Amino acid sequence: MKAVCWHGTHDVRVEQVPEPTVLNTQDAVVKITLSAICGSDLHIYDGYIPFMNRGDILGHEFMGEVVQVGREVKNLKAGDRVVVPFAISCGRCYYCQKGLWSLCDNSNPNAPLCEKMFGASGSGLFGYSHIYGGFAGGQAQYARVPFADVGPLKIPADVTDEQALFLSDIFPTGYMAAENCNIQPGDVVAVWGCGPVGQFAIRSAYMLGAGRVIAIDSYPARLDMARRGKAETLNYEDGDVVEKLNEMTGGRGPDACIDAVGMEAHGKTLDAIYDRAKQAARLETDRPHALRQAIRACRKGGTISIAGVYAGLVDKFPIGMAFAKGLTFKMGQTHVQRYMKMLLERIQSGQIDPSFVITHRMRIDDAADGYRAFRYQPEECLKVVLNPS
Amino acid sequence: MQIITHRKHAVNITQAERIASAVGGGMLAALGIGRRSPAGVALALIGGDLLRRGITGHSYAYEAMGIRTAPLGQGAETTAVPYELGIRVDKSITIGKPRAEVYRFWRTLPNLARFMKNLIAVEETGNRSHWVVAGPGGRRVEWDAVIHNEIPDELIAWRTLPGGDVASAGSVWFCDAPGGRGCEVLIELQYNPPAGTFGAVLALLAGKEPGQQIQEDLHRLKMLLETGEILTVEGQPAGGAPEPAERDRRVQRASEESFPASDSPAYNPVSL
Repeated sequence: MKAVCWHGTHDVRVEQVPEPTVLNTQDAVVKITLSAICGSDLHIYDGYIPFMNRGDILGHEFMGEVVQVGREVKNLKAGDRVVVPFAISCGRCYYCQKGLWSLCDNSNPNAPLCEKMFGASGSGLFGYSHIYGGFAGGQAQYARVPFADVGPLKIPADVTDEQALFLSDIFPTGYMAAENCNIQPGDVVAVWGCGPVGQFAIRSAYMLGAGRVIAIDSYPARLDMARRGKAETLNYEDGDVVEKLNEMTGGRGPDACIDAVGMEAHGKTLDAIYDRAKQAARLETDRPHALRQAIRACRKGGTISIAGVYAGLVDKFPIGMAFAKGLTFKMGQTHVQRYMKMLLERIQSGQIDPSFVITHRMRIDDAADGYRAFRYQPEECLKVVLNPS
Repeated sequence: MQIITHRKHAVNITQAERIASAVGGGMLAALGIGRRSPAGVALALIGGDLLRRGITGHSYAYEAMGIRTAPLGQGAETTAVPYELGIRVDKSITIGKPRAEVYRFWRTLPNLARFMKNLIAVEETGNRSHWVVAGPGGRRVEWDAVIHNEIPDELIAWRTLPGGDVASAGSVWFCDAPGGRGCEVLIELQYNPPAGTFGAVLALLAGKEPGQQIQEDLHRLKMLLETGEILTVEGQPAGGAPEPAERDRRVQRASEESFPASDSPAYNPVSL
């Protein structure tokens, strides 16, 4: 089958590889009908994620038709049309039972390695390095899905692939980012980053009762898309975002701030340049520019919700300011299974059509072009979906 | 549970050795000091260390090699690993199953091979057992052990018997985890690998240190008991290397180009 394989920084290639098979009795094999490239895939593309081997199959947003099930699978059969969560969960450990699906104890065969690096291991992830289990990803024609009774969600015929695909990751991610803000009716929520996750965070914040959502980015096309989601927008290249947010909120600051940017933040202020320099000298692993702004902007007693991926250590973190303001921080990988069904119902009821984020539709053979467009043309490219046929 | 810490630099050579060491060392040291040359300094240092060895009764070399010649004293009969030797490992994991269930699973020794990666086989007769383990470099390592103390649903304590390839002693504790989380399994052991600490360092360079191996085995036990199986990625597809069919084609082509009709009868494309 064809699969998108990692070969090094800025080097992905579509290769012929064997089709996957059932390896554990609770597996299913899915024939993929649609998959996508995620913003967090770009961290792998840019070489920031360690423990990748040449040839690893990428991709963690995918859906398709079940073609094979292991003998212990009870809730799925061949022919079922499913969307698969990007995090693998066993459904039985303490964390899964508490709804903390992305912190599953039992789905990362390399948990001890992950523990060495991060102090603890969460769930295995599709296509996201050997630290997270080394599972073959879904930018391919077939994928093997462990714990098939727990993760995959059956999709009814009246929802198209393009509408359902983003239940695998980015829609629940944006929603959880907004839910973590503990939004009270009428609250003002600021969202850093108008990529796909930010776009879903904006719309989710309104779903959860926000009065105003203010979205921050620099690319006009992304800010336009944010405005289509009823957000007010700020371009961080036009002046100090923190001051503007203060003015826009009567001197209070936003009630909650969502960081949908993560470790590769852009900026031209002194602290952003500092981060770049330290990163180039390998003295700092992540660039928390957006996060620092969020901390400075947020009102006293407010909440910072971190959806953007961070991987290592940051410098010059204003913990004193956070303490002085009494801020709450919520963060982590998305507990996709918690939200999928509810969000599917919202799609079916017509409340939202997630396919609005798609800007590029490509065949899997052109995946390398897709990565390049996503990475180097953020003005034109917001979300790339890959057709595996 | 009180942890008894031992004095690290204790006597581990016999009385006779101590005397010989002290006397010999003293003589060498005196000789060396008298010489007043680089060779003299070297002699003095060696002599000085032998003297130290004799006076304190402690040989670092023996300790590193995992041996002691001094008698063990009162506990000699039941000591598998003398207190100054070996490597201590403490690892624990929480499993969401009742303590009695986890104990029962562990106490049925053949089950251990289902989650202990390097365990080839274990056979039980009474409270004794024979263990066969894959060591570094794939060598078979074997020993006999006895469970000398057992509290049902709570504790399994063992020590190896003399004559095996590895000496070890330790306990597996099964405790209730708080808040209904199930069972905490705690392993405390001390093991003395072949060739003592040197051996352990070699094993470390070759692969992994046993503490890590034990942690991985415990994680596999948790996966097995909580979900019914151990999740694996072995056998999944990946790119980056030529497919076997492609490799064969390349070899076949090269072979045909160079020696059209002279493939060795033993050459079998499938075995590549």
